[in-house]
Amino acid sequence: MEMLYAITTGVLTACGLYLTLRGRTFPVVVGLTLLSYAVNLFLFSMGGLTTDGAALANRDGHFADPLPQALVLTAIVIGFAMTAFVVILAMRARSEAGNDHVDGKKEIRE
Amino acid sequence: MTQHLIVLPVVLPLIAGILLLYQRQGLVRYKRWVSVVATVLLLLASIALVTKAAGGEITYYALGDWQPPFGIALVLDRLSALMLLVTSILAVGAVVFACAGDDEKGSNFHGLFQWQLMGINGAFLTGDLFNLFVFFEVLLLASYALLLHGGGKARIQASVHYVVLNLAGSSLFLIAVGILYGATGTLNMADMAQRIGDLPAEREGLVTAGALMLLVVFGLKAAILPLYFWLPRAYASAPAPVAALFAVMTKVGIYAILRVYSLIFSDQAGSLSALEQPWVWWFGLATLAIAGVSVLAARDLRLLVAYLVLVSVGTLLVGIGMRTPQAVSALLYYLIHTTLITGALFLLAEMIGQQRGKTSTRLVRGRPMIQGAGLALMFFVGAIAVAGVPPFSGALGKALMLNAAEGDQRLWLWPLVLLSSLAALIALSRAGSTLFWRSHRGNASGKVLPRQQWFAVIWLMSAAPLMVIFAGPVSEYTQATAAQLADPQPLIQTLLHDAGDTP
Repeated sequence: MEMLYAITTGVLTACGLYLTLRGRTFPVVVGLTLLSYAVNLFLFSMGGLTTDGAALANRDGHFADPLPQALVLTAIVIGFAMTAFVVILAMRARSEAGNDHVDGKKEIRE
Repeated sequence: MTQHLIVLPVVLPLIAGILLLYQRQGLVRYKRWVSVVATVLLLLASIALVTKAAGGEITYYALGDWQPPFGIALVLDRLSALMLLVTSILAVGAVVFACAGDDEKGSNFHGLFQWQLMGINGAFLTGDLFNLFVFFEVLLLASYALLLHGGGKARIQASVHYVVLNLAGSSLFLIAVGILYGATGTLNMADMAQRIGDLPAEREGLVTAGALMLLVVFGLKAAILPLYFWLPRAYASAPAPVAALFAVMTKVGIYAILRVYSLIFSDQAGSLSALEQPWVWWFGLATLAIAGVSVLAARDLRLLVAYLVLVSVGTLLVGIGMRTPQAVSALLYYLIHTTLITGALFLLAEMIGQQRGKTSTRLVRGRPMIQGAGLALMFFVGAIAVAGVPPFSGALGKALMLNAAEGDQRLWLWPLVLLSSLAALIALSRAGSTLFWRSHRGNASGKVLPRQQWFAVIWLMSAAPLMVIFAGPVSEYTQATAAQLADPQPLIQTLLHDAGDTP
């Protein structure tokens, strides 16, 4: 499971990073979203990967660390708000500048 | 009652912000009163907190009575009290200035302003690494909206860059926090400091990676050399009161570097102690050099002031890079001065722009100003203070900084600090003579500036002479603060002694 988890996080990060470096606002927004998914997965794994464990300490000592779950929840909420904001901002920039380039300039070659 | 005082700088702006949401537009007088009263109350609370912290006692406030290291604690020591005071003095100036009319150019100015204050104050007070992230997000979200206040193409373009960069920065922050949590098993900074002392050797690499990633995030906030490109445009295009408040935002990054690396990676951290020092020192010097050149190249007064912020960031960073109590004391003195004076200069640039009409703040020949004499006087005081010429506070701050350098450090620090001061002096005298002397012939026209704007600028600018007159008490306080930072043990013991041995 660790392998699958690590590969998923890595692929998400790589895709997010690639898209964030693109020149138009829509890929950048999608890239940031992917990046935040990857970060959430990463945070989640930081308490150690436990299967079939309760999120509370119990007698047999088999439990999942609850703190990363709380952190991920907070990060998801903040990430959601940020995505909403950046989408609106990208639309405003599109309507003000007349194109969707992040620098607001018309590209020289299409 | 007094034990709840620590949470007041967070709760007060929160409540004021909620009250101010009542209507998007209208009720101008009511909103202005609420906002100004809340900010003045914040100033009073900060003064009370400084007097409380000045004795050297470290107090904490356990939110929800969850004792540290399990709950989130707000920690008050000399450094956080000082930062709160600087922020609230700046905020009073900015909010009064905004009441002259800038707040009505868009909606919800005052509410967002209060929330930004809440985020800044929370970041200064919190003793928890993840909570620091949350407060960073609070202040960033408010700052995104404030940067867009009033609209316009330049602002939207600048904020696209600002928002995207900071969102990427937030992701990096979370990764860094995750790594540090995974390696040490705690998020409380005092607890982490204790655990890092006896860390197993195989986890040292992980902690180093996390710590340096955190430095990238704080560097992005503080505008360290390869990460500063968002700053000049964002600051130059922001509305004046917002730009003035932003003067403290870079200092949030400086504060975070100072706090995290002096507490967690202190001398007790073994082989991990001072791992940020070479990075901060060399990149700080490079920031200083680039900022000095950029100041000379600026063709607009607002841009010029934005690059002056960058000069101050470079100076503060090399102060951290020296990592001696003497240097920290000097940099704190310089930090108070530079925050208030650059804030005042942003406000002054707006006033000059309003009087000049169409040419605004571009450094070209424009029409004469009707209140030119008053503005020129203010500009003169501000320019002398920020460039570091006696008799004002800048000279004293830079002299303390130069004095703190030892041995080889002098070789690098002295020329760069002095040359950047010279660059600032040249650029400001050129700007001043263009703005005030090289004007077109003809009658001065334009509107008389409102009283609130004059009050705000004089309020902030008076820091320049006052910090020289009261240099004794101020530098005593900063020295005590530096001594407290150099020895984090009392803080760790205060926070953790109640909780007993942690599992």
